Amino acid sequence: MSARLLVITIAAVTVVLIAIGCIWPVSAALAMIGYSPRYMRQANSPEAAVQNVVDDIGHHNFHAAYLLLGNKNEFSEQDFARDLQGSYYSLRSYATLNGFDIRPMHKSAEDATIRTIFHWATVVGPYDDSRVLNVTNNGGKWEVSWPLNKEPKVPPQVIPVNYLRWDVIYRGAQDDWGAQDVESPRVRIVDMHPIERGSGVALLGEILNEDVVPAYVTVKATLLDAKGGSMGTEDSFDKISHILLPKQVSPFRIDFRDVRMSQIDSVRIQPSSTLVSASADPVIAIQDQSLTPLPQPSLKGDLVNQSGQVVNVTHVLATLYDNKGQLVWVSDGYVNRALLPQTPVPFSVSVPPDLSAKVSTFRVVTTTYSTSRL
Amino acid sequence: MKRRLLLLLSMLWLTGESLTFAQSSSLQIPKKIEAGTAFSVPTSGSGKATLYIIGPTQVLRRDFQLGETVSFESGDLHNAGHYMVVLTGPSTETTQMDVVPKPDPYTMSFLAKPSRIPVNLSQGISGVAYVFDTFQNLILKPTPVAFKMSDAAGGTESRTEPTHDGVAWVKMNSAPKAGPAQFNATAGSITEKRVVQQVPADPCNLRMTARPAGQDIELQTDPVRDCTGNPVPDGTIVSFTENYQGKISTVDVPLKRGVAKTDLPAHAGASISVATGVVLGNEIRWGGGR
Repeated sequence: MSARLLVITIAAVTVVLIAIGCIWPVSAALAMIGYSPRYMRQANSPEAAVQNVVDDIGHHNFHAAYLLLGNKNEFSEQDFARDLQGSYYSLRSYATLNGFDIRPMHKSAEDATIRTIFHWATVVGPYDDSRVLNVTNNGGKWEVSWPLNKEPKVPPQVIPVNYLRWDVIYRGAQDDWGAQDVESPRVRIVDMHPIERGSGVALLGEILNEDVVPAYVTVKATLLDAKGGSMGTEDSFDKISHILLPKQVSPFRIDFRDVRMSQIDSVRIQPSSTLVSASADPVIAIQDQSLTPLPQPSLKGDLVNQSGQVVNVTHVLATLYDNKGQLVWVSDGYVNRALLPQTPVPFSVSVPPDLSAKVSTFRVVTTTYSTSRL
Repeated sequence: MKRRLLLLLSMLWLTGESLTFAQSSSLQIPKKIEAGTAFSVPTSGSGKATLYIIGPTQVLRRDFQLGETVSFESGDLHNAGHYMVVLTGPSTETTQMDVVPKPDPYTMSFLAKPSRIPVNLSQGISGVAYVFDTFQNLILKPTPVAFKMSDAAGGTESRTEPTHDGVAWVKMNSAPKAGPAQFNATAGSITEKRVVQQVPADPCNLRMTARPAGQDIELQTDPVRDCTGNPVPDGTIVSFTENYQGKISTVDVPLKRGVAKTDLPAHAGASISVATGVVLGNEIRWGGGR
């Protein structure tokens, strides 16, 4: 008897949950079945109009989003899609919308201004894209005017490049054990400084390729306690520029969680290098670097691709020093737009607010990836 | 099957070791032969017998009639070392023999390190030669090995060292002139060649010049050389830094054709510096057209 009651109860609860799901579906479930939410909301307020456009953008349904815009006559649908995804492959091309914030800045019966912050997710981490959207009341229906960021076009031209690259031939498997092989590049850690951060410890440092050949470098560190026992081993992962050309210096940061500085007796640090094929191009100039003060301290500037090759993904690493030249922090970030030749693209890397007052000087390096070399 | 045979032979070898001191052998076997040399063992008596020659890496077995001479062809016994000889038949006899390497070097393993070295480094290049005979036995007898380093400018440094337990080694200086150096080791008629790339040392006297180029400044280094005048290889990174009213512009440029060249925005009053690795160059204060 009790078993039958249990079956009936489970069936009833299931029916109720299905009904709730159909009547008030969550957006994630709608996305899973490919349902466009724009039909669910009337554009009877500026916020609703913005939300409809953003929902379609989030579903990569740029055609539907474009149709909702009030300033369609100012640009084509392709321009709109290029603004959101980029003209060339970049982190934007494969980003997914993780969420968005709508912040009304001005509102009247006729028009409104709304700051919309898109939270995009990429394979290398999130990035935010902030747009100020003007919304106008068109006979009771609110329409969004999209502020198009038109990517500058590079005029057709030939940019001569003295292409410089290194190729490596290693010894063969059939060679005698005494046969000579190419050796790993000589690299040296020129600076290392541990600091306590939150509930962990970060090792900050700089590594120099002393050799005349390119090196693929990694830095691994082991924390040792007073008895010489290992407290954990970590490596620099992407907080380093892995490919170092001759005489190039890269910062690195190795994070250890849940460790206190007082527990550490010594650090065993192991830089490693491998000889790799590499190219000396493209050359990226980092212009107008400056620190933005509190409340949201950051290091900003413009990246200019001085070569003729399009750079699809750029990783920016910033080394921050105090007024004595000692390392304060190593910060990094990825640029979500492709770098076109001779075209400045802004970048920004965050600076921890509690350390920003100590920062006196800084040095920025970039690592680039192009689809032709990926 | 092979394991069983090896086990049996090992037991025989151990038994033979213990019997060596218990009985004197009548086996007429050479006490010492060169690796790969043909030899024969005359026997006496009658009946079937088996002769085992057991060494650290090689075992030979011959079944024969006592009274015959057991022959071993040239190359049959080729691994140098200490061997146990066991004759089994109506009675068991054991004795020992040594196989020594042939005296003439046939091959050589030559380790030259490093493959790249900055110029003008004292005792920076090491060469180690292992001398082997025809059968890859390390020749333990002292053998002279001639080491010779010939640099790109025609300079040579030579030294002859005898092997100790089959190994000869030497340390050489790198030349003041960059370029590939031939590092040869010769033992008997065998010569092994290695190439040691002698590369320029750190840049010295890094200097740049600036000139206006539209709205930019064109910056270019003088040909970058090390302190002995060797041109620093292309691809070496040179960093240009422009500081103007607290805003910094930097660009890391690889050397191409010996110089590094780039453009940075022209700001009157900006200070521009140049560096490569940990070496600093000159500084320019941009005055607008100078």
